[in-house]
Amino acid sequence: MTAVRPRRVRSQKPIDDLLLSEHQLEEMYSYMLLARRINERSLALNRQGRAPFVIAGVGQEAAQVGAAMSLRKGVDYLAPYYRDLGMNLVLGMSAREAMLNLLGKRDDPNSYGRQMPSHWGNSSRHIVTQSSVVTTQFLHAAGIALGAKMRKDPVVVMTCCGEGSTSKGDFHEALNFAAIHKLPVVFYVENNGYAISERTEKEMPLEHVADRARGYGIQSAVVDGMDAIAVYQNVRPAVDQARRGGGPFLIEAKCYRLWPHSSDDDDSRYRPKKELEEWARKDPLKLFRERVENDGIFPRADLDEIEEKTEAEIREATQWALMQPDPAPEDALGFVYKEA
Amino acid sequence: MAQASVIEAIRSTLDEELAADERMFILGEDVEAGGVFRATDGLAAKYPGRIIDSPLAESSIIGLSIGAAHYGMRPVAEIQFADFIHSGFDQLCSEASRWCYRTKGDAYLPMVVRTPWGGGVHGGQHHSQSIEAYYTHMPGLKVIAPAFPADYRSLLKAAIADPNPVLFLEHKRTYRMVRQELEGAPAESVIGRARVTRRGGDLAIFAYGLMLHESLAAAESLAGEGIECTVVDLLTLLPLDRETILEAAKATGKVLIVHEDTLTGGLGGEIAALIAEHAFEYLDAPIRRVAAPDIPAMPYHHAMESFFMPDAAKIAAAARELAAY
Ligand SMILES: Cc1ncc(C[n+]2csc(CCOP(=O)(O)OP(=O)(O)O)c2C)c(N)n1
Ligand SMILES: [Mg+2]
Repeated sequence: MTAVRPRRVRSQKPIDDLLLSEHQLEEMYSYMLLARRINERSLALNRQGRAPFVIAGVGQEAAQVGAAMSLRKGVDYLAPYYRDLGMNLVLGMSAREAMLNLLGKRDDPNSYGRQMPSHWGNSSRHIVTQSSVVTTQFLHAAGIALGAKMRKDPVVVMTCCGEGSTSKGDFHEALNFAAIHKLPVVFYVENNGYAISERTEKEMPLEHVADRARGYGIQSAVVDGMDAIAVYQNVRPAVDQARRGGGPFLIEAKCYRLWPHSSDDDDSRYRPKKELEEWARKDPLKLFRERVENDGIFPRADLDEIEEKTEAEIREATQWALMQPDPAPEDALGFVYKEA
Repeated sequence: MAQASVIEAIRSTLDEELAADERMFILGEDVEAGGVFRATDGLAAKYPGRIIDSPLAESSIIGLSIGAAHYGMRPVAEIQFADFIHSGFDQLCSEASRWCYRTKGDAYLPMVVRTPWGGGVHGGQHHSQSIEAYYTHMPGLKVIAPAFPADYRSLLKAAIADPNPVLFLEHKRTYRMVRQELEGAPAESVIGRARVTRRGGDLAIFAYGLMLHESLAAAESLAGEGIECTVVDLLTLLPLDRETILEAAKATGKVLIVHEDTLTGGLGGEIAALIAEHAFEYLDAPIRRVAAPDIPAMPYHHAMESFFMPDAAKIAAAARELAAY
């Protein structure tokens, strides 16, 4: 993202108990806000008929940004899932790239228009290419971690999915293998309460995905995924432990999907309005703002300034991306095989 | 140099490649103990930590290999029997095959999946199958099925060196059936090239794996009757060597395609279509296929098993009819 320049230089020193410095807290808010605003702009473009499909992470920004900030950029690997825009922003995706991706433009570095939007991937940033098939990436993450362990590289791999996706076999196979080989993987489940229309109780007879870890001999934790600071405080130690050779970790972030599943979904068919309203009160952006304001870490004016900069950044990025070239029809061909 | 069987050729090639490249490792069920067909015999002791027993989970074997290859390792996975590869279908076809395509080459997967396939070993429905047609339908994968030990060696080396996911099919009936000098064997095979193993002007037979040997035996006996066959060893099933296939079809004008896989949807249909599309005017007879009957899988009892399997006699019978056409 382009630099958000606050009025005064933020301290890099961790604030007591938070593990985070003022500078990091500002980044945290900026990334969450950027993710939210990109999603909002994306939906607007969808409704204008300019973007055929949107799948968003609204309500999950804290879960994503807090977790991704625990990773080392350019060292660690991320095998994300489709809602993880916030994670991609933390690891270096710009608003312009996010818009190229939304519009399926020729130069979208995720897939050059070859995959639907929000199917992430960027080799130079160590973001592993992802398909639509849920949870396959869990095994890819374990495989990367196996390679890192064999080479004795101090690399941690984070991989993510929704709670519904933990029903797939690859989830269980990956946890099993990673545990056997004590691999440096953090399995990260963003439990937003729904798999399209299916509530969690249709996916599993347990309240917590994290409880499944015990069956594989993996450590696990449940964290409040609406609280970015709490997420970081829980994920960071798990990442550090994995890096030190302590083996895999499963973390479940309890969050909520504030939007329908996708731009094609009508959630009024299956979701009570009251429930949505209750969760909206815990909106992660609102919570964060209140907290840093109340603790006196940031004055309101600083936060407002971040809002303004973010708005401007997205406006510019959208206008720019709309003018970028589309793929040519015959760009469908090629790169079926890697040339030796 | 002494002659080597198929399994010996595979083992010694794996050994050489492990020695040559530190990034290579082997992942599969029972591989540390040498594997059920003994392809990895002795390797675990020689390369500690690089011959890795996987849990009994095929999606894992392939999915983990994808991750490791993405990271820059050179995984050579073993699926114990091809019949059990299908729980890894998603990982091979939804993921590995399109890794390069969906990133426009930013990411790619130098990985090999070896697996024993084919029947004639009293393996019944789930230790005998031909699985190639499911995977030859997947651009982005390469599928290889050699017949002779020297080709196993050169194509396994090529598969390991290839930056793409390669499904390397080893016909289990031939593991100890054929022996050959590895050095100085016919020209080194390369991925994507078929080979004319025998030349004759009356008709062309296309085959791979065990059926290549059966086709050669049929051609030998037909020669005694004055029918001269060209026999093409396809070697690479995806991508097909169109040039060699079309040349042989044009040169003989009569085409017989042989596979152990069931008829409908088998690779024979694709080869026939290719020839019909591009060499129709050269044909002197309808294209013939000899394949297994359309039943779900190979039955266990030996009487039904041999009924199911094409063999030299069935191939020769079809060839005779074709020659007389
Ligand atoms: C293997 C597979 N089956 C079905 C789908 C269709 N699908 C896409 S997302 C989804 C629900 C996933 O729910 P969850 O894992 O909880 O993630 P969320 O969307 O809630 O973030 C389904 C069924 C798919 N993409 N992949
Ligand atoms: Mg969900």
